[in-house]
Amino acid sequence: MLKIENLRVEVNGKTLLHDVNLEVGKGYTNVLFGPNGAGKSALMRTIMGFSEYKILEGRILFNGEDITHLPVDERARRGLGIMTQRPPNMSGIKLGDLVRTVAKGEKDPEALAENLDMQRFLNRDVNVGFSGGEIKRSELLQLAAQNPSLYLLDEPESGVDLVSIGHVGTKIKELLNQGVECPGERCKKGKSALIITHTGQILDYVQADRGYILCNGTVMCSGNPLEMLEEIKKKGYEECVRCKLMR
Amino acid sequence: MQADEINLKKKAESAIGKKAAFGEDFELEKFEEASKVSEPIENMKELDEESQRTLLKVGVLPSEEGRAGTLLMKDNAISHTSQKDKNIELMSTKKAMETHEWLKDYAWKLVAVDTDKYTAKSYLEDADGYFIRAPAGKKTVFPVQTCLMLGSKNVSQTVHNIVVVEEDARLDIITGCTTQKGVEEGLHLGISEMYVKKGATLNFTMIHNWAENIGVRPRTVVHVEEGGTFISNYICLKPVRSVQSFPTVRLEGKGAVTRLNTIAIAHPGSELDLGSRAIFNAPGTRAELISRTITTGGKIIARGEMIGNAVGAKGHLECRGLILSDKGSQRAIPILEANVADIELTHEAAVGKIAQDQVEYLMARGLTEDEAVGMIVRGFLDVGIKGIPEELRSEIEDTITQTALGM
Repeated sequence: MLKIENLRVEVNGKTLLHDVNLEVGKGYTNVLFGPNGAGKSALMRTIMGFSEYKILEGRILFNGEDITHLPVDERARRGLGIMTQRPPNMSGIKLGDLVRTVAKGEKDPEALAENLDMQRFLNRDVNVGFSGGEIKRSELLQLAAQNPSLYLLDEPESGVDLVSIGHVGTKIKELLNQGVECPGERCKKGKSALIITHTGQILDYVQADRGYILCNGTVMCSGNPLEMLEEIKKKGYEECVRCKLMR
Repeated sequence: MQADEINLKKKAESAIGKKAAFGEDFELEKFEEASKVSEPIENMKELDEESQRTLLKVGVLPSEEGRAGTLLMKDNAISHTSQKDKNIELMSTKKAMETHEWLKDYAWKLVAVDTDKYTAKSYLEDADGYFIRAPAGKKTVFPVQTCLMLGSKNVSQTVHNIVVVEEDARLDIITGCTTQKGVEEGLHLGISEMYVKKGATLNFTMIHNWAENIGVRPRTVVHVEEGGTFISNYICLKPVRSVQSFPTVRLEGKGAVTRLNTIAIAHPGSELDLGSRAIFNAPGTRAELISRTITTGGKIIARGEMIGNAVGAKGHLECRGLILSDKGSQRAIPILEANVADIELTHEAAVGKIAQDQVEYLMARGLTEDEAVGMIVRGFLDVGIKGIPEELRSEIEDTITQTALGM
């Protein structure tokens, strides 16, 4: 579904990512680990196509199509959807109006909002004065209306209190699994996702298929996500850097 | 002629050449005085379709449905007056001056005749206009609608309006100012004096829809007494040569409140010098002056001024401007003045282009760039104005969207 080949990216003349190779298969949920400043968010925002991120080398394939130089909205229309960590305040734009516009009459905004306990936010300006948890639920509501085939979720648990993490995690699972419980079926009918996590908390709710570790702007290795998380918790990321250098 | 009339006349005559403090100077001699007679219009619905559309675009409904009353002034003559709500008074200022002996204590008491050449000319021409009064305790359900229309080419229209909202009354007014189709050049001078008495509320919405070569010089002063509320919405979204206005609200009684919203778009060739001023002359008075402006190539000056003369006064001034073209300019000039210690006056001003991260945030949801910009601009100009007819609301939305897309 998503294939990234030898990607090199710069922002304001500074290289943030280099030699990045990564894949997300149809129906797969892959996880991106890495220390602060490793370039995880930059990678995700590059995949979505935000204009700050200049691709110098490599390419991004989505369903076999080269989308490396497509604008953001074209990528969204092809099925990419993102939850960023700190979305901008959208003064004057009501959440309900945005959700309605995004849903294009294909989904009922009221029902979507009810499912995420967001009805009372529909008349509020998007993100203005929202708490950490409210921002995540608002993003999920917009994504539910957008109905992408690949979810790019940047630290869905950050800034969310412990009680709300359960709620947010469960809702993400609902969106990704699309009601499919059977692991074999999930790959056929479920959605694909690339999730950035620091703490691994989100893995209590969603089944992760593959993990990637990003350090110093490049992918160090990939493997079983839960195994990787254990290892990171024990030894930290320094070990990954050392391991990569040894090879 | 009484002594004070002679006095006013002298003052006006001495000010006929006096340039205004702000804005392009118009030579009054270049414009013919607009006619003081015009054919009466019995029924607004009998107007031709074009004229009806013109009225609709400034919030004036030819059907008069959901309106307490209607007054239409074309050039310098009142051509239509009708009234559904019998609780209020609606008539021409001239007729009101004949009807009410006491009205002389209200006329030219807030706006000084010698403010500038425009007020002087309006006085010397004995300008007519609308008089609206809500008697004590009367609360109107529907707004009164008035329309000031420039109906002839190359003329100057002079208008003098007086509004009185008596104690504990409530009144809503929608005033639409426009030009008849084909009238491209002219001058509109409008004096408005408004009195909001103890505990009363006046909700005033003014919509301007002029033509590319029209000069507009409104002169408005509002007097608000104890516990009174004055709310003003000013909307100007279409091309015009020059508008310069600086309405002043004097909060004279304890706890008086005002909120002024200004929403404007300056097209190429337009110069909009729009201000609002609140003077806090009584304890515990409050004001909020909000300005949201966009330039697509024209010049905008957003002035805001708050003068605090009484304890416990609280005011906030907000000027925000968007620049959608390299040719336009935005200048925000906020002024705060505190003359007593116990007072809180604040301002925030911001001018600039649309934030790219906002545009891309919406694009990441599948909106095209145009749709995203349109949504942001509509949101920018939405300050929550109530009471605007549905037809006008969609007209405003359309204008904003076109503006956003045509940048």
